[in-house]
Amino acid sequence: MARRYDTVIGLEVHVELATKTKIFCSCSTEFGGAPNSHTCPVCTGMPGALPVLNRQVVEYALAIGLAANCEISRVCKFDRKNYFYPDNPQNYQISQLYLPIAANGFVEIEAGGGKKRVRIHEMHMEEDAGKLIHDEWDDTSLVDFNRSGVPLVEIVSEPDMCSAEEVIAYLEKLRMIIQYLGASDCKLEEGSMRADVNLSVREAGAESLGTRTEMKNLNSFKAIARAIEAERMRQIELLEAGKEVIQETRRWDDNKEVSFAMRSKEDAQDYRYFPDPDLVPIVISDQWIEQIRARQPEFRTEKLERYRRVFDIPQYDAEIITASKHMADIFEAASAICGKPKKVSNWLMVETLRLLKERNMEPEEIAFSPENLAKLVELTEGKAINSSVAKDVFERIFLEDVDPVVYVDEHGLRMVHDEGELEGALKCVIRENPQAVFDYRSGKEKALGALVGQTMKAMKGKADPGLVNRKLREMLSADK
Amino acid sequence: MKNKISDETIEYVGILAKLELSCEEKENAKADMEKMLDYIDILNELDTEDVAPLSHVFPVNNVFREDAVSQRDGSEDTLGNAPLSKSGCFKVPKTIG
Amino acid sequence: MDITSMTAVELGKSIKEGKLSVAEVVSAFLRRMDMVEKDVRGFVTIDREGVLLRAKEVQKLIDEGKLKGPLAGVPVAVKDNLCTKGLRTTCGSKILEDFKPAFTAEAVRNLEKAGAVIIGKTNMDEFAMGSTTETSFFGAARNPWNLEHVPGGSSGGSCAAVAACECPFALGTDTGGSIRQPSSFCGVVGLKPTYGTVSRYGLIAYGSSLDQIGPIAKDVTDCAAALEVLASYDSKDSTSIDRSRVSAFSARPDRGVSLDEESGLSLSEGHAFDRGVSGVSLDEESGLSLSEGHALDGGEGYDFMSALVNDVRGMRIGIPRDYFGDGLDREVKERILAAIKALKDRGAMVEEFDLSLVRYAIPAYYVIASAEASSNLSRFDGVKYGYRAGEYEGLHNMYKRTRQEGFGAEVKRRIMLGSFVLSSGYYDAYYLKALKVKALIKEAFDRAFARFDVIIAPAAPTTAPKLGESLRDPIKMYLGDIYTVSVNLAGLPGISVPVGTDSKGLPVGMQFIGNCFEENKIIRAAFSLEQTLADMGVKGGKALWPEGMIR
Repeated sequence: MARRYDTVIGLEVHVELATKTKIFCSCSTEFGGAPNSHTCPVCTGMPGALPVLNRQVVEYALAIGLAANCEISRVCKFDRKNYFYPDNPQNYQISQLYLPIAANGFVEIEAGGGKKRVRIHEMHMEEDAGKLIHDEWDDTSLVDFNRSGVPLVEIVSEPDMCSAEEVIAYLEKLRMIIQYLGASDCKLEEGSMRADVNLSVREAGAESLGTRTEMKNLNSFKAIARAIEAERMRQIELLEAGKEVIQETRRWDDNKEVSFAMRSKEDAQDYRYFPDPDLVPIVISDQWIEQIRARQPEFRTEKLERYRRVFDIPQYDAEIITASKHMADIFEAASAICGKPKKVSNWLMVETLRLLKERNMEPEEIAFSPENLAKLVELTEGKAINSSVAKDVFERIFLEDVDPVVYVDEHGLRMVHDEGELEGALKCVIRENPQAVFDYRSGKEKALGALVGQTMKAMKGKADPGLVNRKLREMLSADK
Repeated sequence: MKNKISDETIEYVGILAKLELSCEEKENAKADMEKMLDYIDILNELDTEDVAPLSHVFPVNNVFREDAVSQRDGSEDTLGNAPLSKSGCFKVPKTIG
Repeated sequence: MDITSMTAVELGKSIKEGKLSVAEVVSAFLRRMDMVEKDVRGFVTIDREGVLLRAKEVQKLIDEGKLKGPLAGVPVAVKDNLCTKGLRTTCGSKILEDFKPAFTAEAVRNLEKAGAVIIGKTNMDEFAMGSTTETSFFGAARNPWNLEHVPGGSSGGSCAAVAACECPFALGTDTGGSIRQPSSFCGVVGLKPTYGTVSRYGLIAYGSSLDQIGPIAKDVTDCAAALEVLASYDSKDSTSIDRSRVSAFSARPDRGVSLDEESGLSLSEGHAFDRGVSGVSLDEESGLSLSEGHALDGGEGYDFMSALVNDVRGMRIGIPRDYFGDGLDREVKERILAAIKALKDRGAMVEEFDLSLVRYAIPAYYVIASAEASSNLSRFDGVKYGYRAGEYEGLHNMYKRTRQEGFGAEVKRRIMLGSFVLSSGYYDAYYLKALKVKALIKEAFDRAFARFDVIIAPAAPTTAPKLGESLRDPIKMYLGDIYTVSVNLAGLPGISVPVGTDSKGLPVGMQFIGNCFEENKIIRAAFSLEQTLADMGVKGGKALWPEGMIR
């Protein structure tokens, strides 16, 4: 490749809001359920049905808009986007084009070792579509409207990103902000966060933008990274071969790692937007904005600053913990109960992260209560259990959220502090392991470990390993 | 006729409106539309430069519902009029992708 | 007196007094239908079984004293674009030939709650698009005054059914004159309320920003009684308006209509919603807190019967010169001028004025209504309900053939026009332009209502044309809506009352137009005229009955 190319990327991110009901009717937004069980005349486009806006949708959208440094529209309206598709029951989607709720914002990302602003062009509210299932048996499609009418916000960025790394940093930042707000769980795999990638390439240094394509069906950060690389290469190859990039929508197939154009004569892409006559404008007052602002949670930067001031934990740990609002909440609650933030942090940083990784889980999926973690810290700090027992108990907490006090007592795991019992066990071990005793006395330090291990086993793990170590040394040197 | 509607335009509007017009219907639609648009064009006699478009006659704003679930399983009613259904879903010709 | 020639309120009274049973009344109308329906074709569906069961239920509730309203036990016919649970609702279209809704329209529910008995669903122009009821998939309805003539439309089935005494009153819908024009052709009284007064929930939309449901009856009293039942604030319709929070400022003509003190904001000031904050917002955050509605049992804004006062002294009546020029049939004009004179003689202050912009109302209306219709009717696609083509290849072909075969010519014409005016590159030139003209028309009415209590207009340029005469030239047909569409564009109430017959013996109707939320003024004017004409022996209003009935 003789020439060098720059990649220019903008994102359209759809986020399903965490409301209890749909945007225009009182059907549940809960996942699962039999097909079409969460439907009513409104979300299935029955003749005569009319939409009524869910106030919570506006409040979540406002919260996200403010957190993304957007200007809030004082008057916003819903428009109809007209297109025929079976997952769209009215054959128009209620969305916002002419007066979206928020615009002209930005989020700050860290990528490539530096900070960068990704500008947000606009953000609007709209309704989700139903689900199409392909029926292999008779080669037809089946429509389930349970997701139809679930509220979405669409966040449209400016073309400010130039690599997969930046795109992922931007998505992670958005996800963190929205999760901090509690406005969505933002799971890419489950589709509650979806990103369409607009990408173009241009020769390095060129002034004008190249022709862009829009890539859909990206269900994971990995898929996004792969699709960006593939599309970048596809466009460069076209240009290198003297061909043109066609402005089109493409669908990514992550199994085959290729994309396909989604064009058809029947998709005119002329959506005939017009204001929805069934819905009235939304007027957003200063007071309303202030109320939402006052309800905004502490965001990560403020949290980090507070952690630095209040908690004696390493900066690195603070960054990991605050990357997830959920983990930070557990940290703060457990620390408040036991008063040992450093110990709580250790459990999160080491064992929790290990277990999450082993199970391929996100921090958002941590299910144990801060109370039980705090109790565990108190048990170890009070020398009621030793550290290896504590690790086992923590695993039970992580998996089943057991109460560690009850669990330790039921399983008789408390440390034995009776020195007489320990001395008896030590004497036994020394008697039964003459070789190890000999080795130790000959200067082989390592041999002590085996003897400690044997003692712990004899004590069923309930001895304090430090104490065992000290006692053993004493006894071995005294008997010499 | 001031307005001329081409075959392509009628074809295009037919795609947007999802109507399969016969040749005769297309010719009629062209003529009807030309006549209507000529008639509608009298609106251009009015200077509306500084007029705000009026969608809703009354300035009612902010009509909301509270976020509380009140619907029960609606699948039976939803599917009650379906021309074709299977496994609790509407059945349609295969969609692409 | 023959049961079928009694008015709704008369029937309700006789039933309450025990002089008639609900079953007797219902049976009388069913017999009347057996006699005349083959000629009139006012109904698409007659609920013979349901109606007798319902009659028993209602009778029981009346006997127990649980139903006391003036319409308890009275039969009513419902236009077939209003959803009725389990009872097929076709919109006069093949595409909904077998559609059985899962819920009942709010307006119909209000009638049911008041004890009215739904006897059937009336014929209409397909999806309410037409002014003759000839575009119905189920065949044209006829004018009971002369079966060779149309009843008007689109609520032609409802008006014909009332005129033919097949029901004492009926529901119609009015998007561009669809209640008032057929009422005029059939010699009955039809009222189109202020936009937002009757919930649109369950009305199968044609032009959502223009559609309103209203009563059609033999006299003004019935219309007022029916409106009192129909009107309600409905939280399921975002455009529904809680009239108990709106008070008419007739004493302050410059102020038009304003909301109660709490808001201090005037509707006529803030009509351009883009100035939203100066609009109707009551609480800072949520705007009009409509949820507190305490509307259903009458009360302020919902009391229409009290306007039935036979007195027009001092009432300021405006006559738009632009409505009485070319295009208005000579005989129609004569009857209306005679009616105006009668009102003047009763002490009304009548004055001519220029309304202006009249010729722009129809083009603006057709752009807006067609655009909204093209979107509203896109849900009829053969997937969820209604007709699906028998043969097709693939999804898009299924859509196209279903809609091609399921919709009639006029509906397709408007869907094509509506899709075109919204399409890329034309939105501003057509749709936005029409919305701006709508704003100008609204302002013209605001100016007029600063001077007048009511405005008088013809309901149609002619009396009912013969079957088959109108459909040939669409634009000529659309021109017939000239006196009615601007009322819908401005959201105003209008009532059509009979003022006599022409030389062919066909009824002439006249329209009273009121300012928004001022139904009571037009009801009072219409009631006074009705009484006056009856006293004068003019063949108008109740004086037409029972002569007009075909036998």
